[in-house]
Amino acid sequence: MTEPRSLSGVQPKFETKGLKAGFRSNWVLKGIDLKIPPNKVTAVMGPSGCGKTTFVRCLNRLHELTPGAVVEGEALLDGENIYDKNADPVAVRRRIGMVFQKPNPFPTMSIYHNVVAGLTLNGERDRKKLDHAAEQSLRGAYLWDEVKDKLTNSGASLSGGQQQRLCIARALAVEPEVLLMDEPCSALDPTATAKIEELIAQLKRDYTIIIVTHNLQQASRVSDYTAFFYLGKLIEYDETATLFENPKEELTERYITGKFG
Amino acid sequence: MTASPKGNRGSRSKGDLVLKVVVGAAAVGVIAILVGLGIELTSGSWLSIKTFGLGFITGSTWDPYHDIFNVFPFILGTLITSAIALLLGLPIGLGVAIFLSERAGRTRGLGAALGSLVELLAAVPSVIYGLWGLLVLVPIMREYIEPTLKTYLGFTQLFNAAPFGLDLLTAGVVLTIMIIPTISAVSRDVLNAVPNSQREAMYSLGATDWEVTRKAVLPYARSGIFGATILGLGRAVGETMAVTFVVGNATAIPTSIISPGYTLTSLIVNQFGTTTDPLSDAALVEVGLVLFMLALVINFFARLLVWRMTRSTRFRV
Amino acid sequence: MVILAVVIAIIPLILVVWDVVSQGLPAITLNFFTHNPPSPCSQSQIATGSAMCWGGILNGIEGSLLMVGMATLIAVPVGIGAGIYFSEWPESRLSFLSSFTNDVLAEFPTITIGLFIFVLIVETTRTFSAVAGATSLAIIMLPIVARTTEESLKLVPTTLREASMALGIPRWKTIFRIVISTGRSGLATGILLAIARAAGETAPLVVTAGYLNFPPTGLFQPTASIPYIIYNFGTGGDYANWTTTAWGAALSLVVFMLILNLSVKFFIGRKFAGVRAEI
Repeated sequence: MTEPRSLSGVQPKFETKGLKAGFRSNWVLKGIDLKIPPNKVTAVMGPSGCGKTTFVRCLNRLHELTPGAVVEGEALLDGENIYDKNADPVAVRRRIGMVFQKPNPFPTMSIYHNVVAGLTLNGERDRKKLDHAAEQSLRGAYLWDEVKDKLTNSGASLSGGQQQRLCIARALAVEPEVLLMDEPCSALDPTATAKIEELIAQLKRDYTIIIVTHNLQQASRVSDYTAFFYLGKLIEYDETATLFENPKEELTERYITGKFG
Repeated sequence: MTASPKGNRGSRSKGDLVLKVVVGAAAVGVIAILVGLGIELTSGSWLSIKTFGLGFITGSTWDPYHDIFNVFPFILGTLITSAIALLLGLPIGLGVAIFLSERAGRTRGLGAALGSLVELLAAVPSVIYGLWGLLVLVPIMREYIEPTLKTYLGFTQLFNAAPFGLDLLTAGVVLTIMIIPTISAVSRDVLNAVPNSQREAMYSLGATDWEVTRKAVLPYARSGIFGATILGLGRAVGETMAVTFVVGNATAIPTSIISPGYTLTSLIVNQFGTTTDPLSDAALVEVGLVLFMLALVINFFARLLVWRMTRSTRFRV
Repeated sequence: MVILAVVIAIIPLILVVWDVVSQGLPAITLNFFTHNPPSPCSQSQIATGSAMCWGGILNGIEGSLLMVGMATLIAVPVGIGAGIYFSEWPESRLSFLSSFTNDVLAEFPTITIGLFIFVLIVETTRTFSAVAGATSLAIIMLPIVARTTEESLKLVPTTLREASMALGIPRWKTIFRIVISTGRSGLATGILLAIARAAGETAPLVVTAGYLNFPPTGLFQPTASIPYIIYNFGTGGDYANWTTTAWGAALSLVVFMLILNLSVKFFIGRKFAGVRAEI
């Protein structure tokens, strides 16, 4: 598996070595070696069942929460294995934010409380800090102007696209280093999708973003690098432009031209 | 390097462990209660078990004054009243379930209102059914229904006794009222679990509503309905207060269903505190033990049947 | 034809409610709730208007409040705890076994539960008592609370748990602050249903709490309850004032049940009407 030429010599933010994952010895991921560069958007794509969502859920140790789940191999965040015996999964997850396929704001909380949930539920009480974090994160998610006068409204009272940006703000509020996005626009209409794609382009200045998508156009619009998965294996990994215009693997080419998937 | 399934899965927070242990203890507590039930009932009835052995269940004399305690008449009483309740309650309960599941609108309109009413039946405490049974139903049975039954059916031993109204039949009728909500609620769940494709297949063959129900839905739901019946039986066997008011409180073997009698449950309540010697206490506890085992068997069996059909653990009673 | 079944099923309910209201209403006065039950009086004695022929259910009200209250304090924490375990650790064998046991316990003849406590507490303390009564009621309430807790928590979407854990919130906090908070109206419903059930139970109290013609005199003394009054005064003999007392107690109990059930509907209604945000 070759890595993109432009990444040789770059210290990866996230690196997986032989990462395998699955359920009760039914492996979904069959050994992934991938280096994710910092402050770039890396897309993970492939047909249904290729393991892209499982891969991303391994990066914040969410996969193991499902009963029967198994994980093997290493995932190094800034060189440290998050799966080390002594690693604390909770601490790991604080450094990594996640946005889910369907927006999932906490229904019993207001917009304000949703955004700062990661802080308040971990003990932060300083109202000034919370207010500041709320505004920063909502601005960062391009949502501040729309909600600044109704912060006490329920999180569920927003439209789908707004809810998703709320979830992004919520993830940003804990100041993660990496942002994982699992098909964040698949439940949204084109306008909302466009807004979020615009947002991603801005966010990568401060965060390392990994986005799972099955939408080829989105991957080519939004990402700097793309990894193509198939049946649990990493088939090709390159700069997005190169991979789409000049795929090296036949499987990749067939996927891009719509011959399956 | 493997995140082991049992290792630091999910989180290493101490709070997690504390929570799991505390709520796990609660779960253990539930099992402990059932086990404790069995143990205490056995130990509390030990004196009686030693004294009467198997004769407790097969003998027919219940005589506190001579310290003889056998419960066969009351087992009979329980069987008879439960049988009456099932005979009358099953068609009615099933009918209600069919109405609510197959005929009426699911969540709005008359159907839902009627469904709520039937559920309200279950919310009334049994002691109130008992009071009503004694003061309202018994006179009706005594003045109208039982004399009629005796006139027309008195040639069978079943109805050949003086109709006083306080008897097994009345108790059976009251029990019927109480188990209708059980049978209908569980049957409704069972019927709802029958896939629509079954009904559609029958409709497309040109069947009427009733034929669809009779030929497609009911046969499919057969084991679940059987389970609902068994649950109803369990309810009938365990019901105490409603029966106590109307069953007549007689310790002899009943000779007909309009004779007074006792059930296992009403016996305990009525005889409690009438004498306070250790043997009578132990005997009453042993009746409880018999009930305990009956209830376990009935419950396990019923649950197996219904679980298989609906794959749900929701039982509204 | 099935309509006939429905009609037959509903008739008893209507009759019972009608009779309870019509026979019980005459007994309801303010004094009914502030006095203890009367001595048995014949018709002629009642006609003289003698004071000893009038009474109420004060002892039952206080006794029921005491025992149901204590039972709630025991059953709710344990029931919610068990429900949490069934919902959040469903894959463990303990969960499966306990949940199954819980369902069996929920439909057990309550008289056997009473006898269990009789042997466990009454025989050891050599007295009927409020504590024994409350314990038996707690055992009856527990499966209801556990089951509704389990169901309510299972209704909370997994994605909310995942969102919380992805923020780096530990599991126990996720369960308390997110899961339980989201499912709280279901929990409240379960508690109210359990209280309604306990308030109407008679058989276990007959063998654990006994009866007293006065308000509770001690935690380890025989204690009255409203259902016991219905039983005692309903079957105690053909005295008109006793019968009236029994009907009056029945009406009071039914009204109490109605209030509880309406509260349940209120809670469920609220859940679907949208949640008011907290700040």
